[in-house]
Amino acid sequence: MVTGLVQDRSVWLRGLLADPRHYQIATLSTLILIGLFAYSFRLPWWHVVGCVGSTLTTQFFADKFIARRPFDARSPLISALSLTLLLRTGSVTLSIAAGIIVVLSKYLLRWRGKHIFNPANFGLVIVSLLFGAAWISPGQWGAAPVLGILLLGLGGIVTGKAKRWDVSLALLGSYGALLLGRALWLGDPLSIPLHQMQSGALLVFAFFMISDPKTTPDARVGRVLFAALVATVGFTIQFTLYNSAGIILALILCAPLVPLIDCVFSGQRYAWPKFFPQTETSYDLTPAE
Amino acid sequence: MTSRLLSSAIVLSATFAATSAQAFCGFYVAKADTDLFNQSSKVAMVRDGDRTVITMANDYQGEPEEFAMVIPVPQVITRDQVHVSDPALLAHLDAYTAPRLVEYFDGDPCSPVMYDEVVVTGSRKIRSAPPAPMIERAKSLGVTIEDEFTVGEYDILILSAEESEGLQTWLNEEGYKVPPKARRTLRSYIKQDMKFFVAKVNLEKRAENGSEMLRPIAVAFETPKFMLPIRLGTVNAKGDQDLFVYALTRGGQVETTNYRTQKIPSGQELPVHVKDEFGDVYRDMFTTVADKEGGHGVFMEYAWDMSWCDPCAADPLSDDQLQELGVFWLNEVQQKPGRPMPRGRSKSAARDVFITRLHVRYDAESFPEDLRFKTTGNRDNFQGRYVLRHAFDGEMSCPAAAEYKEQVNKRRETEVKTLAKLTGRSRAEIRSKVEDTVGFYSADDMEPDTKWWNQIWKDD
Repeated sequence: MVTGLVQDRSVWLRGLLADPRHYQIATLSTLILIGLFAYSFRLPWWHVVGCVGSTLTTQFFADKFIARRPFDARSPLISALSLTLLLRTGSVTLSIAAGIIVVLSKYLLRWRGKHIFNPANFGLVIVSLLFGAAWISPGQWGAAPVLGILLLGLGGIVTGKAKRWDVSLALLGSYGALLLGRALWLGDPLSIPLHQMQSGALLVFAFFMISDPKTTPDARVGRVLFAALVATVGFTIQFTLYNSAGIILALILCAPLVPLIDCVFSGQRYAWPKFFPQTETSYDLTPAE
Repeated sequence: MTSRLLSSAIVLSATFAATSAQAFCGFYVAKADTDLFNQSSKVAMVRDGDRTVITMANDYQGEPEEFAMVIPVPQVITRDQVHVSDPALLAHLDAYTAPRLVEYFDGDPCSPVMYDEVVVTGSRKIRSAPPAPMIERAKSLGVTIEDEFTVGEYDILILSAEESEGLQTWLNEEGYKVPPKARRTLRSYIKQDMKFFVAKVNLEKRAENGSEMLRPIAVAFETPKFMLPIRLGTVNAKGDQDLFVYALTRGGQVETTNYRTQKIPSGQELPVHVKDEFGDVYRDMFTTVADKEGGHGVFMEYAWDMSWCDPCAADPLSDDQLQELGVFWLNEVQQKPGRPMPRGRSKSAARDVFITRLHVRYDAESFPEDLRFKTTGNRDNFQGRYVLRHAFDGEMSCPAAAEYKEQVNKRRETEVKTLAKLTGRSRAEIRSKVEDTVGFYSADDMEPDTKWWNQIWKDD
C-alpha cells in the first residue's frame, strides 16, 4: 500500500516536473512577485484576483458548454498571469474584462482546430487599445542587465520544456539584428542597441508570450520565419510609428498568418504532455499517515 | 489618530538647492573660449495626440553673448511656432510640483486628541535674414538654413543638413563651438531626418526688453515622437546631469518607455529639525535613491490632477498660466459643459490637465538613448511628501502623559532611523541633532505621576 503510494507520488511528481505549463506558471508567478516587491508594479491584489478569477471562470464554462471536456485550469492560468504581468490598469473591471476576452478569443477565433491569436496577447492589445484606462508599460522593468539574465535563465527553462525555444531565440536574434543594423546605419554607439535589447518587456515577450506552443506554427522553419516576421513588424512599428509596444502589436498583426505558414510548412501539432495515464482522481495526495 | 488641516495653512519656504549639472537637451556652445556653467535644466512638455508644446528653461549664468544652444527638432519650425515665455511660469510649475513637508502638531495627551497640520513647502530655489555669403557657404557644406527669425531676445536658426561634418564645420565657422565628439550624434539625428533649432541671444533685443535673465523658449509642433533629445547634452558634459520634466497631458501619468520610471520614497515621518534643512535633506535623499540604481534614473516626484493639490506647495496654475505653457485644449474643455467632472473638484476648476514631474539624473553611459515617453491612463495622484510630527510641548499632568512620552521617544528613534536610511547620513549624527533640538524624554519624565493630590489642583 505504502509502496504503491510512493510510486503514485513519484509519477505525480514526474508529471508535475515534465509539463511545461507548471514551469511557466511558477516563473510567471515569480516574475509578478519580483515586479511587485522589487519594481513596485502598480498592481493591487484584487486586480490579480479579478483577472485570474474571470479567466478561470470563463474557461470553466467554455470547457463545459463549448468544448465539452474536463476543466483544465493551467492554460487559462498562464494567460491570466501573462496579462497580470503586462497589462496595467486602474480599473478592476478592465482586468476582469481582459480575462474574459482572453478565453473567448480561444474558443471563438479558430481556424482548423487551432486558435488564431495568442490569448494573452489578444486580451492585452484589445483592452489597451479600446480603453484609455488600460495600458502597457514597456519601461516597467527598466533595463537592468541582472534581471535580463534572470529572465533569460528562467525563460530558457520554460521554453526549453515547451520545445519552443526556437521561437524565442529567433525573435530575439532577428530583433537584435535589426537594432544592430539600425545603429550601424545611424552611426550610433553599440551601447544603444545593447540598451534596447536589455528591455525587460522584450525578454518577457520573447520568453513568455510568443513562445506559446499552441499558437506558433507547427514546423520549426515556420516558427523561425514567423518570429522573424514578428520582429520585423514590431521593429517597424517601434521606429516608424513610434509606438513603444511595437513588438506586442506585431504579434497580434502577424498571428492570422500562422495558418498560412502551417499550410506551407507542415509539422506535428503541439499537444500538452499527458502524464496521468489513469484517471487523475485516483491519486490521493494527502500523506498516508 | 485623527488629523485636521488648518484652514489658514502657514506656508514657509525652505531652500531646496538644485543639484548642479552641466547641460540641457541640446548643448551649450560658446562663441568664445569661456567657461560655461549650466545648472539643471527644466522642460515643460504639453502633449495631447501628436500636438506638442515644449518650454525649455535653463539656469544659464554666463555672459549672454556667450549663450547658444542647439536642439534637434522633428520638423522645420517656423516663426509662429516659437514663443518666448515667462520665467516665473516654470518657477511656479516647479514650486507647485516640488517635494514638500507637512507638519502635524500633537495635542495634549491629557485632553481630547487633536492634531493640527501645517503645510510647509519645499520649493526648489529658482535660479531660475541672413547675409547671402552665409547662405552660400552653408549650401556648399550641405547645410540648409530653413528659416531664420528673432523671437524676444533670441536669434533663431532652423537648420537641416545632409551630413554631420558639414553641419559641424558651418557651426564652427559661424562661431559656435561644437565639441568634436558631437559629430557622431549629429549624424545620427541627421539620418533620422531631424532638423536643428539653434538659438543665441540678440543683445540689442535683450537690451530693449530690459530683462536680466534669459527667458524660456517655447516651441509648438506636431509629431508622433514623444521624446526629449538628451544625447547632444551628454557629449561634452562632465559627470551627472539633472533634468526636470514637467509633462502636462489630458490622460494620466507620463512615464519613460526606454528607461524605468520609479517613484521617489514618500510619506515618511522625519525628525522635526528637517524643516530647517529640507533642501539638503531632499538632495541627499534623492542621491541615495539614485545611488541604489547605480547613480542614475528617472524618478517621479509628483503626479497630480492640476485642478487641485493637497497639501499645496504652491497655488495651482491659473488658466492663463496653463495657456501660456501651451495647454491648447483648455478652451475646448470649457466649451463642453456636459463633461463629467471627477470627484472632489468643482466644475469651474476642472480642466483636464494632469501633471507629471520627472526628475532625471543621467550621464552618457547610463542613458545612451534619448528619453522616450508615453502617456498612460494612470490618473493616480502621487507626491513626494514628508511628515514632521511635533510632540505636545505644554504641561502634561495625567497618567496618560507617561505613556505618551514613551511613544514620542519611540517615534523619534524611528524618525532618526528613517532619515538615516533615506539620506545615507549617520544615525549618530542625526540622533545628536535631535537631542540638540527637541531631545528625548528622560526616564524621570516618563515616571507616571501617581500622586492623587496632583490630579486635583493641576494648575498649582
